[in-house]
Amino acid sequence: MSCFSVRLFASYRDLVGKSTVLMEMPEGSSVSDLIIKLSGRYPLLTSAPGKLVIAVNYEYVDHTYCLTEGDEVALIPPVSGGSK
Amino acid sequence: MIEITPDKIDHDRVISCVRRDSNGAVAVFLGTTRNVTEGRKVLHLEYEAYRPMADNKLSEVVLEIRQRWSVENIAIVHRIGKLEIGEASLIVAVSTPHRKDAFLACQYAVDRIKETVPIWKKEYFEDGEVWVGSEFSSTHS
Repeated sequence: MSCFSVRLFASYRDLVGKSTVLMEMPEGSSVSDLIIKLSGRYPLLTSAPGKLVIAVNYEYVDHTYCLTEGDEVALIPPVSGGSK
Repeated sequence: MIEITPDKIDHDRVISCVRRDSNGAVAVFLGTTRNVTEGRKVLHLEYEAYRPMADNKLSEVVLEIRQRWSVENIAIVHRIGKLEIGEASLIVAVSTPHRKDAFLACQYAVDRIKETVPIWKKEYFEDGEVWVGSEFSSTHS
């Protein structure tokens, strides 16, 4: 098993009540696996797990990305200085 | 010049930082905090950034611009923390030899910043607060 710290910002942090959560995942887990586990633990986080935007080590990644120990994972809420 | 800062934006300093005698244009975009959203009175705002990712993404926007237009200098300063109404939250200043490139590059920068840079805005109302773009809101009980 590998341990990942998942950083939460803005609306996600307010929903969960923490800025970082620790997640233990089997070796070779993907971002998608992590999201499934996270949504199970924090159902409020999203009604659409497939649409969550994730960054690993400060870069946006897609959900097939394979995690390695030491990766910094972040859940990126909708970025919006405002679309108007 | 790229900055994410809790300090007030000094637009004169930013403009003089990009202006050059060899250029005929400086286009400046100043994003300011608004006192109303969908009819609700906004009291103040708060901006939060994920650093250093936000800094990296701002640098990428600058690179994209340099690949597209003949830009001499570009400065982007984004403010974070608590802002009062009417304050500047973002300034983009672009200097170019001719005005057309300055306008195009400046607009592109602002659009890309709002798409890719992990900075979030929270609006505080009399009866609650909302992270803009979020599907959730909270109301004071």
